Amino acid sequence: MTNDWARARLHVVTGKGGTGKTTVASAIALALASAPAHVLLTEVEGRQGISQTFDVPPLGTDETRIVRLSGGGEVVGLSIDPKAALLEYLQMFYKLGRAGRLLEKFGAIDFATTIAPGVRDVLLIGKIYEANRRRRDGKHKGDAPPVYDGIVLDAPPTGRIGRFLSVNSEVADLARVGPIASQASSITRLLQSDQTVVHVVTLLEEMPVQETLESIDELRDKGLHPGAVIVNMVREPLLDDVALDQAREGRLHKASIRTQLTEAGVSATPELVDGLLEEARDHAERIDLEREQLALLEATGLPIVQLPALPAGVDSGSVRELADLLVPLFLSQRADAEVEA
Amino acid sequence: MTPQSQGSQGTPGRVSSAAPRLDVDALIDDPHTQIVVCCGSGGVGKTTTAAALGLRAAESGRKVVVLTIDPARRLAQSLGLTELDNTPRPVTDIDASAGGSLHAMMLDMKRTFDEVVIAHSEPGKAEQILANPFYQAVSSSFAGTQEYMAMEKLGQLKASAGTPDAPWDLIVVDTPPSRSALDFLDAPNRLGSFLDGRFIRLLTAPAKAGGRAGLKVFGVGVQLVTSTMTKILGGQMLTDVQTFVNALDTMFGGFRERADETYRLLSEDGTAFLVVAAPERDALREASYFVDRLEADGMPLAGLVVNRIGRVSATGVTPARALAAAESLEDGGGPKSASNAAGLLRLHAALVRTAERQRELADRFSRSHPGIPVVQVPALGRDVHDLDGLREIGHALAGS
Repeated sequence: MTNDWARARLHVVTGKGGTGKTTVASAIALALASAPAHVLLTEVEGRQGISQTFDVPPLGTDETRIVRLSGGGEVVGLSIDPKAALLEYLQMFYKLGRAGRLLEKFGAIDFATTIAPGVRDVLLIGKIYEANRRRRDGKHKGDAPPVYDGIVLDAPPTGRIGRFLSVNSEVADLARVGPIASQASSITRLLQSDQTVVHVVTLLEEMPVQETLESIDELRDKGLHPGAVIVNMVREPLLDDVALDQAREGRLHKASIRTQLTEAGVSATPELVDGLLEEARDHAERIDLEREQLALLEATGLPIVQLPALPAGVDSGSVRELADLLVPLFLSQRADAEVEA
Repeated sequence: MTPQSQGSQGTPGRVSSAAPRLDVDALIDDPHTQIVVCCGSGGVGKTTTAAALGLRAAESGRKVVVLTIDPARRLAQSLGLTELDNTPRPVTDIDASAGGSLHAMMLDMKRTFDEVVIAHSEPGKAEQILANPFYQAVSSSFAGTQEYMAMEKLGQLKASAGTPDAPWDLIVVDTPPSRSALDFLDAPNRLGSFLDGRFIRLLTAPAKAGGRAGLKVFGVGVQLVTSTMTKILGGQMLTDVQTFVNALDTMFGGFRERADETYRLLSEDGTAFLVVAAPERDALREASYFVDRLEADGMPLAGLVVNRIGRVSATGVTPARALAAAESLEDGGGPKSASNAAGLLRLHAALVRTAERQRELADRFSRSHPGIPVVQVPALGRDVHDLDGLREIGHALAGS
């Protein structure tokens, strides 16, 4: 498996609702951390999906270590809150003491974080921008190594991702001069550079695949870099291709199936045999549909990783299993980059 | 095969949960039901549920309009919607023998916003607003615009109901895939607190009073706030914001009144909320949150729709038994039909286990929300592409 995002530091993870975006973002963070590396895993919608996935207390506005790997890597979690991000931003750049509190009192903070166009999204991305630039000596420039080797963002769903990531260019249009404008354009530069890749999580179903294809086009149009397509919750076929063909066309031999069932000690009533054949036909149609959808995804030319369905549901152990499956793709880039360097 | 009987297939003897069954037909056939709101997290089949329900109601004699927010292209096509033009279009090809009709529309939030501006401000002023860069950003990418505009459109559809151009007596609404579950309920309040807030008065004051003199009424703090804002935003942006807010000032009042009116409409008896979920942990957790929130707001909750319940067709063998038999067939090294039979048994075991897990999740919801009616809708193999597909879902929704 190869990819062309060797220089990526910021991994944005999107997908249609219900595709398991948070689980996949968590698994990517673990895969990157296994390098070993220090990885920041962030969410921006206040859903506390990360804390639920790793079974740790709800994340606050402080960066909190959630996983430490035996090889020395670690994953730090952060739930970005726009209000806290704005106040922190104002404090950092403007040293607003009393004025900050006054802005809050006058409703300006509420206005900015809930009502003003795009400001909320700018603040959320702004916080990531800040974390990406932060050095181990606490400064945001200089030669000290960065605090984080990689950042994974559990981003808004495919329906909103294009707008979310291009909101800074919209704001730059509104605020043509001034500090907001220059901040917005440096964030846009980061997002459009090869340091940022956007991975799309999907299921092998029509609507999620359709949305995936549309969002890949949209990302490309907006000068952003799609990374991998991650197909989640994949189930292996339980019949071979010949049997699937027969099942689809109703040609599975009923009498011999009945004989085999009886031989295995199962009472082969007509209800059972007919039901099993109907289930087999459904299964064959489902596999056909999945193969069609996979072909559509392959046509994008992006690397595709398939992750299995977790029958027992998601927990911190099963996320590690998924992470192992992501390591080849996500760490091959690192190896390539080191060879180049 | 019916959805109810499926619920107990494959697991004989299992006591089903005590949740009352949601009677969708009784709901849509009741002439008092005038609005049905489908809400739920993204990806659970909300839009499909809304469309299927609308079609079923129309074919049983109701005059229906379905307001969809962001339908998948194929679903839109199945309703005959080929463009996003913000106007209810009649859906032909339905069975109108019971005297019903069906209209469907897709919400275009920018156009809805533009229409509100044009309808509620003087011509010169409307142009000024539409040309303002701040307005253009607000109307297309405003956090929450979709929610405000869905409420606005719902209010419009309700206000025009019963006229020759708008024959509907039932409005079925699909809600936006909000980041926070029920943003559309908060929209009027958020707008209200914004309009009543000191901040908007601060923004509108200088221009109204003709310069800085107007700020005196707020005291010295204001000076600091405006100078801080100028420092942060830059003077040009602040001016744009002020022009925008002033221009909107006259129409905003009416806008809020209508949003309040729509909120009241939603809390009345003629409205029914359907919470839609998929049988997965996260979707049902969100559904719990929705149900609690609707109850806290005193909104009329009709019940929960759990979509995409796994289908089980065969009966008479437990998963454990099926797996054991599959293993013995595989070990026996018999003919091709033996490995096929083993595959069928493994498939059946997996289907039953999935259905059991899904039912357990749905039951867990019912245990923590006793008395909330529930209907389970079986999964279809493919997405809905036409009216027949919607009919099939409507059929399953009604449990018939």
